[in-house]
Amino acid sequence: MAVLAQNTEPMLAGFSPAPVSGWANDARVAALANLNKTGAPMRRDEYWKFTNPSTLLSENPEAAILGSDESPVFDSFDKLLIVFKDGIYQPDLSDDLTGKNLEIQTLGDAMATDIHWAKEIFGVLESRGQLPVARPFAALNTAVAEQGFVLRATGKVTKPVAFRYIRSAENAKAMIHHVIKLDAGAELTVFESGAGAARINTCMEIDVACNASFHHIRAQGRDHERQAITHMFGVLGKESIFRSFTLTVNGLMTRNEAVLEFTGDDAKATVAGACVGDGTFHHDDTIFVTHDAVNCESRQVFKKVLRNGAIGVFQGKILVKADAQKTDGYQISQALLIDDDAVFLAKPELEIYADDVICSHGSTCGATDENAMFYLMSRGIAKKQAQDLLVLAFLDEAIQEVDNAALADEIRGRLAGWTERHR
Amino acid sequence: MLNIKNLKASLEEEDKQILKGVDLTINAGEVHAIMGPNGSGKSTTSYVVAGKGGYVVDEGSVTLDGQDLLNMEPDERAAAGLFLAFQYPVEIPGVGNMTFLRTAVNSQRKARGEEELNAAAFLKLVREKAKALKIDAEMLKRPVNVGFSGGEKKRNEILQMAMLEPKMCILDETDSGLDVDAMKLVAEGVNALRDGKRSFLVITHYQRLLDHIKPDFVHIMSDGKIVKSGGPELALEVENNGYADLLNEVA
Ligand SMILES: Nc1ncnc2c1ncn2[C@@H]1O[C@H](COP(=O)(O)OP(=O)(O)O)[C@@H](O)[C@H]1O
Ligand SMILES: [Mg+2]
Repeated sequence: MAVLAQNTEPMLAGFSPAPVSGWANDARVAALANLNKTGAPMRRDEYWKFTNPSTLLSENPEAAILGSDESPVFDSFDKLLIVFKDGIYQPDLSDDLTGKNLEIQTLGDAMATDIHWAKEIFGVLESRGQLPVARPFAALNTAVAEQGFVLRATGKVTKPVAFRYIRSAENAKAMIHHVIKLDAGAELTVFESGAGAARINTCMEIDVACNASFHHIRAQGRDHERQAITHMFGVLGKESIFRSFTLTVNGLMTRNEAVLEFTGDDAKATVAGACVGDGTFHHDDTIFVTHDAVNCESRQVFKKVLRNGAIGVFQGKILVKADAQKTDGYQISQALLIDDDAVFLAKPELEIYADDVICSHGSTCGATDENAMFYLMSRGIAKKQAQDLLVLAFLDEAIQEVDNAALADEIRGRLAGWTERHR
Repeated sequence: MLNIKNLKASLEEEDKQILKGVDLTINAGEVHAIMGPNGSGKSTTSYVVAGKGGYVVDEGSVTLDGQDLLNMEPDERAAAGLFLAFQYPVEIPGVGNMTFLRTAVNSQRKARGEEELNAAAFLKLVREKAKALKIDAEMLKRPVNVGFSGGEKKRNEILQMAMLEPKMCILDETDSGLDVDAMKLVAEGVNALRDGKRSFLVITHYQRLLDHIKPDFVHIMSDGKIVKSGGPELALEVENNGYADLLNEVA
């Protein structure tokens, strides 16, 4: 059957979809076929109506002015540091690839082997996440990514694996794919930080086996013109834990998709995020959580502070299949609009086929509470500082989802810095 | 200390005058009480003096030690020495009570050109003042007023007042919703701050608070004006006969 390519050329430009030989070949070919079948996303697509994909689709991203003077995020934590510059792994800037209870390899090295455990995950979780909603940028990533890491936690990994995405060129495109497997009972924390490129496309596939615990903390980089399209595909086994938190400060365009599936009973997942934007800022969280097991708990907690024309989008879905009794699903998305020009667009969705389920969702957007402002000011706190206190208080509900006090405090500090700079 | 002259104020949203010429002079060290029926404009007076939005001053002036309060932001009024204990203290989720208190104390110090309190000195001070008001450490850690009972909120107001050491304290129905013990605690907190220089304006419905905080002067407010002023005996008259007789008398 002839493959019908629908204007996917600009997406593919600059990347080589030439299949590698070896175990990853089938997945890459299938992903490319899938991309060509669905075509590039369009504004009229159901899941792109709030976010115009055209920014992300141009062959080359607009140049993004390099960097902020910001000190690297999560730098003070003990970690296994892995640096990418303009999307390319930098062994000389990175730590040695060893860690207790950790198998770690570049994606390139892994793909060069004849057989690999990653075959069960690479492109597999991603293609599973293409239904019922197509995710063309993720298919693109699987089809062409040559950069990334393959991680396997065989027990408790003591040091977090920290991917740091730095930049040196104003208009680089980056395509990074990580494959992560946690064996039964294993524990792993992954940090991601930095803008990485003028446009970065990351895809992370995470297989969390029974009783394993995966933590992910991300800070997306402060460069104003940067673009990011990211995907996380997680599958959760029995009694496992999955926690992800994303901090987004600035950025021209950010679309973060998370697709989680409960396949084992009694597991827990949290996807949370705090974002702050001022001016030309478009931030989109698109989440899809599927409950296909009994007694699992999922939380989606997203907070956005928007001003001066900034746009926030939240599309969050909880799908509870017929056999997923005792599901506890929670979803909240809230925006604080600092002025009348900011916009928040939300589409919370619940689709429930089981009958013994608790699911709640709420989406609100509003201005700063005048009574709270007056109360603070009447105690001598200046208007700007009172505003900052209320902004940080608003964001804190999302930050509380971070299960580590020191990490949460670093995030609070970064946000406090932003509020001070944007008054 | 506080001089309110012919204060007339309306709602910003609708063309409705609430304060219709309030006159009140409070000298240093004095305790004044304002009583009056619901809706007579007592809270509005306190809000306009403290600088709450939503009101337009049509006429008149308010000065604190000669400084024109009406031209100041609410935080500047606080730094100038004004404090309002709210009738309905505001809940602020996400802002810790301690952070709030410390930011407030240090903001005022900074505004007055004084040195900020360091963390240790602040903690010591707050613990000492909280103890007297039976406010425990757990309450200090919680977000401002969130999940506090009515009485806890009012004690928290007095704690803020004790920490900020204002010159001029306005207490808006601090007694409402308190049982006898809580009211005594609050009254003790207020009396502990009486030093002969600090002034108080106590807004209340009932005589019973005035048994504990003895006023020098009592004023009756009705329909946006002070219609009668006198000594403590005026409060007893209200207690015994209600407002109706009093208001008929002045009408
Ligand atoms: N923000 C407001 N919006 C509408 N009406 C108000 C507002 N503030 C005060 N009022 C009205 O002004 C009058 C005085 O209210 P208030 O000062 O609260 O009285 P008091 O404290 O003496 O009971 C009442 O009739 C009240 O309804
Ligand atoms: Mg009142």
